[in-house]
Amino acid sequence: MLAYITKRLGLAVLVALTVSILAFMLLYLSGDPALAIAGEGARQADIDMVRKTYGFDQPIIVQFGNWLLKIVQGDLGQSIYFKTDVGKLIFTKLETTLLLAIYALAFALVISVPLGVLAAIYKNSWIDRLCLAVAVVGQAMPNFFFALILIMLFSITWRMLPVSGSDTWQHFVMPAITLGYYAAPAFMRLIRAGMIEVLSADYIRTARAKGLPTRSVIFKHALRNAIVPVVALAAVQLGFLLGGSVVIETIFALDGLGYLAYQSITHKDFPVTQVIVLLLSVIYILLTLASDIANAWLDPRIRVA
Amino acid sequence: MKKNMALYVGCGLLLFIVFCAIFAPWLSPHDPYVQDLTNRTVPPIWYEAGTWAHPLGTDQLGRDYLSRLLFGARISLLIGLSVALISGLIGTTMGMLAGYFGGRIDMFVSFMVTTRLSMPVILVALATVALVGGSLWVVIMVLGLLKWDRFAVVMRSATQQVRAMEYVSAAQSAGASTLRIMLTEVLPNVLPHLIVIATLEAASAILLEAALSFLGLGVQPPLPSWGLMISEAKAYMFFSFWLIAIPGSALALLIFSINLAGDGLHQFFTPGERA
Amino acid sequence: MVTDELVLDVQGLTVDIATPRGTLHVVRDISIRVKRGETLCIVGESGCGKSITSLSMMGLLPKTATRHSRVFEFLGEDLAHASKQRINDLRGNRMAMIFQEPMTALNPAYTIGDQLTEHYRHHRKATAEDARLRAVELLEKVGIASAAERLGQYPHQLSGGLRQRVMIAMALMCGPELLIADEPSTALDVTIQAQILRLLADLQAELGIAMVLITHDLGVVARIADRVAVMYAGQIVEEGTAEDIFAAPQHPYTRGLISCIPIPGKTIPGGRLGTIPGVVPSLIGDMKGCAFKDRCEHAQARCSETIPLHQTPPGQQWRCVMNELNQTGAGQ
Repeated sequence: MLAYITKRLGLAVLVALTVSILAFMLLYLSGDPALAIAGEGARQADIDMVRKTYGFDQPIIVQFGNWLLKIVQGDLGQSIYFKTDVGKLIFTKLETTLLLAIYALAFALVISVPLGVLAAIYKNSWIDRLCLAVAVVGQAMPNFFFALILIMLFSITWRMLPVSGSDTWQHFVMPAITLGYYAAPAFMRLIRAGMIEVLSADYIRTARAKGLPTRSVIFKHALRNAIVPVVALAAVQLGFLLGGSVVIETIFALDGLGYLAYQSITHKDFPVTQVIVLLLSVIYILLTLASDIANAWLDPRIRVA
Repeated sequence: MKKNMALYVGCGLLLFIVFCAIFAPWLSPHDPYVQDLTNRTVPPIWYEAGTWAHPLGTDQLGRDYLSRLLFGARISLLIGLSVALISGLIGTTMGMLAGYFGGRIDMFVSFMVTTRLSMPVILVALATVALVGGSLWVVIMVLGLLKWDRFAVVMRSATQQVRAMEYVSAAQSAGASTLRIMLTEVLPNVLPHLIVIATLEAASAILLEAALSFLGLGVQPPLPSWGLMISEAKAYMFFSFWLIAIPGSALALLIFSINLAGDGLHQFFTPGERA
Repeated sequence: MVTDELVLDVQGLTVDIATPRGTLHVVRDISIRVKRGETLCIVGESGCGKSITSLSMMGLLPKTATRHSRVFEFLGEDLAHASKQRINDLRGNRMAMIFQEPMTALNPAYTIGDQLTEHYRHHRKATAEDARLRAVELLEKVGIASAAERLGQYPHQLSGGLRQRVMIAMALMCGPELLIADEPSTALDVTIQAQILRLLADLQAELGIAMVLITHDLGVVARIADRVAVMYAGQIVEEGTAEDIFAAPQHPYTRGLISCIPIPGKTIPGGRLGTIPGVVPSLIGDMKGCAFKDRCEHAQARCSETIPLHQTPPGQQWRCVMNELNQTGAGQ
């Protein structure tokens, strides 16, 4: 088990390094970053001053090295637009986004696990078809459209939930639903497929032959084995949810990382953008690492080799 | 044959939408860009105040919504097709090379895929568009260059399976060149997987473009991108809900039909499985 | 020691399975009766319906199967119309089953101890400690050393033979009166096979349980059976004590089976072993008369009608148009 973890860790570090290079290079997409910052119509002198201030006149490798070195030491740079330390800026917003992503994941699992189990037990019946229909329809809905509909219903028509802000848990309900529903069909299919396969396994027949109650057979014996790929997917999906929160946070004015990213992008605040991209990537890498380890741990054949 | 309703319904709906998009200029009652400020936010025909001159009403600038809807279909379909093509080309090449040759090439491709997966697509796309400037073609290029990962993964495993087949070793011992084998033996057999993934990725690309345009960093006005239409109508949605409902439902319908067709194709190519 | 008390009484059992190609008549009007302390072997080739028979007795048939029986009693209690709850209460408790593949019959995610004790705790409402003690007791009884340590191990850490012993122990946890074993030794090495069969025989002698053992291997039958039921294409074509079946098989199919086995001292070295030509008939659709007629060397026109049941005391019986003197005469 230890060898497995070490190997995966090494790979993770390598990927993180590559991503940091790409995140850094984002800046150069527009061609001349000094021009981008100084803005159109700026005089040559201003552009040159910007270039000097931000160190664009140095070789790219050096710039990258400096940037990475500073990050590793904890200096995440200064935000151009917000005029404050990037680190401080990000870590106040990180909590909101993490909460949102976790709520969204929880919502997705809460609807997909029961549906997936039901669809598997009543395979090919109308229940199964209904679950599948829900899944297909769910995946066809654009999330921002869904968000607007929810706002119309719950905020405006029924006045049950607040539209914007991030103060109370009620502020998170609609964003969590909007962010999470898109992930639900994938989980549902995975659980359904896993349960169908597991339910036809010999050890399920053994469990039934022992006269165990049905709920024990399904949950203790079947689901425990079917859930393994779901755990792996859940970790990965959490990563996607974190990255995909931009649209949702912007619609609901949720003061999180996604909204910050949107603001920094539209204001060409590249220090913030670079760090956010890097941060989200690193979180994703860590999550996939955790999911691989969890996967290995959940299977006693690997854990107790 | 009751089987494979998914394929028939999906393809049927899709063909209908494609038809509407192709014949948009003839089907549209008005020019989608012409503004008529005296006729702003006219409701669709099923409301009291609706008129047949504008069956789906008009938007906040008086532009006919039906016309914008039809031309918007062109944009969505173009996005879906082009992105699927570009990312499909990139991803399939990478996947096939990795699956066929294995070894270092496989390691390299897998590493690239993992790296690409670690990056938040929508953020990178947003940042790129913000820096380079938003337009239809920028969006297509950005998405095409970012969304090849699924192609690579699936084509890789499909190629690995085909590679193990005997007709490949037969061709090799007959002295066929690698390129020839890849094109004549491997490609036709991985094609089913390719088509299914292509439909899914096309749908995903359409949704992404809609989201980008919704945030203002995709297709630029006055183009009638459905996502953009929703964004522009956001402020008016309380009183004129149809302004977001119509393009939103159109998007949902398009995605639904593509996914359904994709499911149907998957069933068609792998008989005996479901979903 | 075989007593006279009837533990399992099944008469007129029929099982049909619905498939897209039609209804499979897998088990057609058979009767099984087992007494306390008796071992009944159901023997037949693959696909003859013996496994389905055993599953139907435990109520473990797939959803596509329908079961009918004239009589279906367990220790005098009617099970044909019993509630699902009642069947569940009996399963693993008074009647138990062990299966063919010990490698896959145990859940890889839970320890041996957990799987041994869970149904004991459910049926007997026992405490964890009591269940543990009982598990250790049974593991020792099936011949597993360092039983207490084994409890904490996972199935993948045990060999096939050990797993099958664990399965046997698991089946016996609640002290059942009927044990159904579906090819318990088939998937194991030859040397282990003998051990497992010896173990089953010893346990039965000690605990006095009724045992139904499904097998395709006549060697197993010879080793362990008190009574034998020969099954072919869903029907029991012959039934009797082990001695009678081996010494004087009456049904052409039984004779064919026995002639396939080399017997030291009897079979001529270098000579040909018997074979039964042809293949098992399809189980779809109605079957008139004897299922074996297409492969039988004595087949005649009468074989397509209702086949009479011949009996010779003290309990050998067979379905054929020929009686014990190999004559086709009026049946009884």
